[in-house]
Amino acid sequence: MKPTNTEDPEYFHKVIDCQYACPSHTPVPEYIRLISQGKYDEAFTINWISNVFPGILGRICDRPCEPACRRTRVEETPVAICRLKRVTSDFKSDNTDFMPKVPSEKNGKKIALIGGGPASLTVARDLLPLGYEIDLYDDQSKAGGFIRTQVPSFRLPEKVLNEEVDRILNMGVTTHFNHYVESLKTIADKGYDAIFVGTGAPRGRDLPALPGRVAGDASIFIGIEWLAAVLYRHVSSTPEKVLVLGGGNTAMDCCRMARRLGGEDVRVIVRSPRADMKASPWEIEDAEDEGIPIIDNHAPVDFVVEDGRLIGMHFQKMTAEYDANGRRKLLASKEAPVFIACDQVLLAVGQQNAFPFIKEDMPIQMNEHGLPVLDEKTYQSSVPHIFFGGDAAFGPKNVITAVAHGHQAAISIDLFCQGKDLHDRPGPTTNLVSQKMGMQDWIYDSHVSPDHRYAVPTADRVKSLKDRLVEVELGFSKKTGHQEALRCLNCDVQTVFDFSTCIECDACVDICPEFCINFVENGDEDDLRARLLAPADNRQQALYVSPVLPTGRVMVKDENVCLHCGLCAERCPTSSWEMVQFTYNSALAGQK
Amino acid sequence: MSFDRPNFRHPKLAKNSAGYSRTDYEGAISTLCAGCGHDSTTNAIIQACFELSIVPHRVAKMSGIGCSSKTPAYFLGKSHGFNAVHGRMPSVATGANMANRELLYIGISGDGDTASIGMGQFAHALRRNLNLNYICMNNGCYGLTKGQDSATADKGSVGKRGAPNMYASIDLCELAIELGASYVARGFSGDKQQLVPLIKGAIAHNGLAFIDVISPCVTFNNTSTSTKSYEYVREHIEATNTFDFVPLQQEILAQYSEGASQEVVMHDGSIIHLHKANSSEDVTDRLQAVNKLELEKKRGRLLTGLLYVNPDIQETHDIINSTLRPLNTLTEADLCPGNSALQRINESLR
Ligand SMILES: Cc1cc2nc3c(=O)[nH]c(=O)nc-3n(C[C@H](O)[C@H](O)[C@H](O)COP(=O)(O)OP(=O)(O)OC[C@H]3O[C@@H](n4cnc5c(N)ncnc54)[C@H](O)[C@@H]3O)c2cc1C
Ligand SMILES: Cc1ncc(C[n+]2csc(CCOP(=O)(O)OP(=O)(O)O)c2C)c(N)n1
Ligand code: SF4
Ligand code: SF4
Ligand code: SF4
Ligand SMILES: [Mg+2]
Repeated sequence: MKPTNTEDPEYFHKVIDCQYACPSHTPVPEYIRLISQGKYDEAFTINWISNVFPGILGRICDRPCEPACRRTRVEETPVAICRLKRVTSDFKSDNTDFMPKVPSEKNGKKIALIGGGPASLTVARDLLPLGYEIDLYDDQSKAGGFIRTQVPSFRLPEKVLNEEVDRILNMGVTTHFNHYVESLKTIADKGYDAIFVGTGAPRGRDLPALPGRVAGDASIFIGIEWLAAVLYRHVSSTPEKVLVLGGGNTAMDCCRMARRLGGEDVRVIVRSPRADMKASPWEIEDAEDEGIPIIDNHAPVDFVVEDGRLIGMHFQKMTAEYDANGRRKLLASKEAPVFIACDQVLLAVGQQNAFPFIKEDMPIQMNEHGLPVLDEKTYQSSVPHIFFGGDAAFGPKNVITAVAHGHQAAISIDLFCQGKDLHDRPGPTTNLVSQKMGMQDWIYDSHVSPDHRYAVPTADRVKSLKDRLVEVELGFSKKTGHQEALRCLNCDVQTVFDFSTCIECDACVDICPEFCINFVENGDEDDLRARLLAPADNRQQALYVSPVLPTGRVMVKDENVCLHCGLCAERCPTSSWEMVQFTYNSALAGQK
Repeated sequence: MSFDRPNFRHPKLAKNSAGYSRTDYEGAISTLCAGCGHDSTTNAIIQACFELSIVPHRVAKMSGIGCSSKTPAYFLGKSHGFNAVHGRMPSVATGANMANRELLYIGISGDGDTASIGMGQFAHALRRNLNLNYICMNNGCYGLTKGQDSATADKGSVGKRGAPNMYASIDLCELAIELGASYVARGFSGDKQQLVPLIKGAIAHNGLAFIDVISPCVTFNNTSTSTKSYEYVREHIEATNTFDFVPLQQEILAQYSEGASQEVVMHDGSIIHLHKANSSEDVTDRLQAVNKLELEKKRGRLLTGLLYVNPDIQETHDIINSTLRPLNTLTEADLCPGNSALQRINESLR
C-alpha cells in the first residue's frame, strides 16, 4: 500500500467515528471532554455552532453517531453521545456570549424561507450574521415545524423547544406565521434574491382501499394529523382500545400518546417482522416499557364496523422470506385472518412529500418520486435562486439531517448572492495540537474507563402516563454525566507516526492492548489485512501505513479498535508516536 | 504516565487449545524504560506460552537481579515465581525443580546476572543439565545500575558512558555448549519471528535450554558505537537456520526438501524442522556448533538461531534417579518404608 496521506483532512476525520457519522459533523469528543471538565458553556457552544439545537437534539436526535461509536466495537454499548448533548444544555449558564453579532447594517440581500422547521431555522441562523434579511413563512402559529407539531411533549418539553427556536427568531427573523403559501410564484414575484423551501414532508399515508375505511372514518385517524390535533387540543382523549398501524417512529409516538390520553389497551400492529421495523430500538423499548405490545407479521385486511361503530380489524398473518440477495418477500400464511377488537385506529404507515404550492407557473423540475430535482451538493433546484432542504429535499429523514441541509443551503445561497461558483465551496477548518506534556504525560485524560453505559433516570411511570406534558427522561445529573463522559475514548486524539525516527524496537507493538500496530513487509490491502497480528476484517476502518523503514518493512496500524490510550506513544523511546488532537469543523456560510 | 493497561482487548482474538486467551499470559504493565529490548523478549515469552497452550499455574518463573530479572513481573501474572538475589537464579531454580519436577521452569537472567556475579551458578546448572529454560536478556551492560560494561560487552564497544570497553567479551552460547547445555540458541529481541519459535523449542526440550537474547538497553547502550545497539545488531545479524516448531498435538503440513532440512524429534514428541543454508550442517554436532560460532565471529557477524541441540540427553532428575513425584505429594508411607525395608537394606550391606 502507499503511505497514508494524513494531510487529507478526511483521513483523521474518519477515525473520529461519531463525528464522521453525524450529518453535520459535530465535534463530539471535544464537547464530551469539556463536559468531563465541567465546562458546560464551552461544550454547549460547540454543539450550537454545529447542530443549532443542542437542547432539542440532546433529547430527540436520531443519533446516527451512536451505532458508529468506537465503543461498540471494543465493548457492547456506545457512549451516550445524545444524552451528553442534553447535559450541555441542562447545565450551561445564562451567558449568551456565544451568540454571533448580527450587523445592523444589512448587505442588501433578501431571502425568503418557506416553512419554519429546523432546516429553515438553520438557514436563518447561518445567514443573519452575514447581514442578510430573512422573511420566514409558515402556516402554523409558531416556528419549529414538525418538532413542534409532531414530537410529543413527553419527549420534548415546549420550554426547551421555545428557547432554542426563539434564540434564532430573536436574531432578527421577520416572521409571517399562520401564512400558508398557496403558490411559490407569489413569493418569487416579491423579488427575493434567493428562496429556501423547507416545507417538510407533511402528508401522512392513508389506507383508502381497505374495506370499512369509509364506514369507520369517525374512529380512524392519520397519525401525524392526530398528533398535531393533540398539540392544538382538538383531541384530548382516546377510547380504551386503540390499535396503531405501522412500525416507524411515528407509530411509537402515536401509541405512547394514546396511552396518555386514556388508552388502556394500546397495541402496535406491524406488517413486517420486528427486526425490520423502522423505529429506533430505543423508541421501541420505551413503548414496550409503557406496557404497549408490538405485534409483528400482521397485515391489515379490513376495518370491522358494526352499527356504524368501529369494533375492530382483521389481520392476515404474514411470514417473511428472504431471497439470496437478502431481499424480503412477505407472504400471507394459510391461516384464516385474526380479529383484533378496538375502538380506534391510528394510521402511521408512512409519510409523503407534497408540493401543492408549486404550480405550472413555476418551472421547477420534479423527479419520478415527486421530489424536486436538486444538485446533491448545493441543493439548488432547476430554478437557480430556489433551494430546497430538510424533508422537502430528499424525503422524510430527521432533524439533524435537516440541520445539515440548512448549513449547506446557507453556504449555497451566500455564494449565489455574491455571484460565485456554488461548487467552489469552503472546506473544513482543521487543526492539530500535540497532547505532549512532559516525558510520558498527556494533556488529555488517556485513561480508558471500563464502565458500562449509564442509564438515564426517568420520571415516575404512573405520573408520566397520566399527563402528556410530563417529560419521561430526566437527563443525567452532573455526576453521572461526568462518569458517562469519561467513557469516551477521545477518538479525536490521533496516533501520529513519524517513520524517520523509528528504531523498530517493537515497544509500541508490545504494549498495545488491541494489537493495532504491526511492522511487516508491505503488500496490497488484502494481503496486508490477512497478515496483521489481530484480525483486520473491518474494511470501514482504514489501515495507517508508513513509508518504508530501515529494515525494509512498513508500520501498519489498523485504526479499527484503537483505544487512543496513548500507551504506544508512552512506550516509544524516540517519540516516533505522538498523540495529537485533531479538530475538524465543517464549513459554515461566510467562511473561506 | 499510565500505571495500568486498559482492560479491553481486540474482540476477535482467538483462544488457545487450553481455552486461554493471550491476556491470561500477560503480567503487570512494564516499568522498564520505553523501548527496552527486555519488554519485547517478555512479549515473545508470552506469545510462546500462549501458542503452546501452557497452563499458566503450572509454571514457575525464577530470576536474579537486574532490569532483565524484573521482567517476570510483566509476564505470566498467574504463575509462581521467585525473585532471587543477584546471580542466584540457578540455585533457587535447582531447589524448586528438585522439589517439584512437574512444573515448567523459566529462569530469567541478565548478562551481568549470568556472566559476572552468577557465573559459577550458571556453569553448574549447565553441567547438571537442570530441566530449566534459561533465558539471558543480554544487553552488554548493567542496565539497572546505570549502564556499566558487562562481561558480554565486546572489546572496543562504546556505550553511553563514552569509553571503549577494554576487556574481551564472554560468548555465553559457546560457553554453554562447552559446559554441557543440551539446547543452545541465540535470538534478538527485535526479531520475534525467530525468537518465539526458539522459546517454544526450549520449552519442549527436556534439560537445560539456554537462550542468549540480544536485548538492547535503549537508555545506556544503544549508541551507534555499541555492538549491542538495535542498529548494530540489525546490520550484523546472521541466522544459521530458520525452523518450524511443530508441537506433538499438531499435524505436519509443510513439505520439507531433503538435504536442506533437518528433523529433530524433541523429548515430548514435538518436532523441530530446520531449514539450513548448507546441507552438510548438523545441529546436533557440538564441534560444528562451536566452529560455526567462531567462524562467524571472525567474519564480524553475530550468529543467531538454534545453534546446538541434543534431545536425547539425561536431565538432573534422570541422572540422580530421583522420585517422579513432587516432594509435597510424598506421604509418610512413601518416605518411611518401615522396619522390614530397613532390615533388607541392612542385610544387603552386610
Ligand atoms: C411523529 C414524528 C416524530 C418524529 N420524531 C423525530 C425524532 O424524534 N427525531 C428526529 O430527528 N426527527 C423526528 N421526526 C422527523 C422530523 O420532525 C423531521 O425530519 C424534521 O422536522 C424535518 O424538518 P424540516 O425543516 O425539513 O421540515 P418540518 O419540520 O416538517 O417543517 C416544515 C414546516 O413547513 C410548514 N409548511 C409546509 N408547507 C407549507 C406552505 N405551503 N406554506 C407555509 N408553511 C408550510 C409545515 O407546516 C411545517 O411547519 C419525527 C417526525 C414525525 C412525523
Ligand atoms: C550482590 C549484589 N551485587 C551488586 C548488585 C548491584 N546490581 C544490581 S543489578 C546489577 C547488574 C545487572 O545487570 P544485568 O544482569 O545485565 O541486568 P540488566 O539490568 O542489564 O538487564 C548489579 C551489579 C546487587 N544488586 N547485588
Ligand atoms: S468513543 Fe467518543 S470519540 Fe470515539 S466514537 Fe465514541 S463518542 Fe465518539
Ligand atoms: S493508542 Fe496506541 S497503544 Fe493505545 S490502542 Fe491505540 S495504537 Fe494501541
Ligand atoms: S536501563 Fe536499559 S535495561 Fe534497564 S529498563 Fe532501561 S533500557 Fe532496559
Ligand atoms: Mg544487562
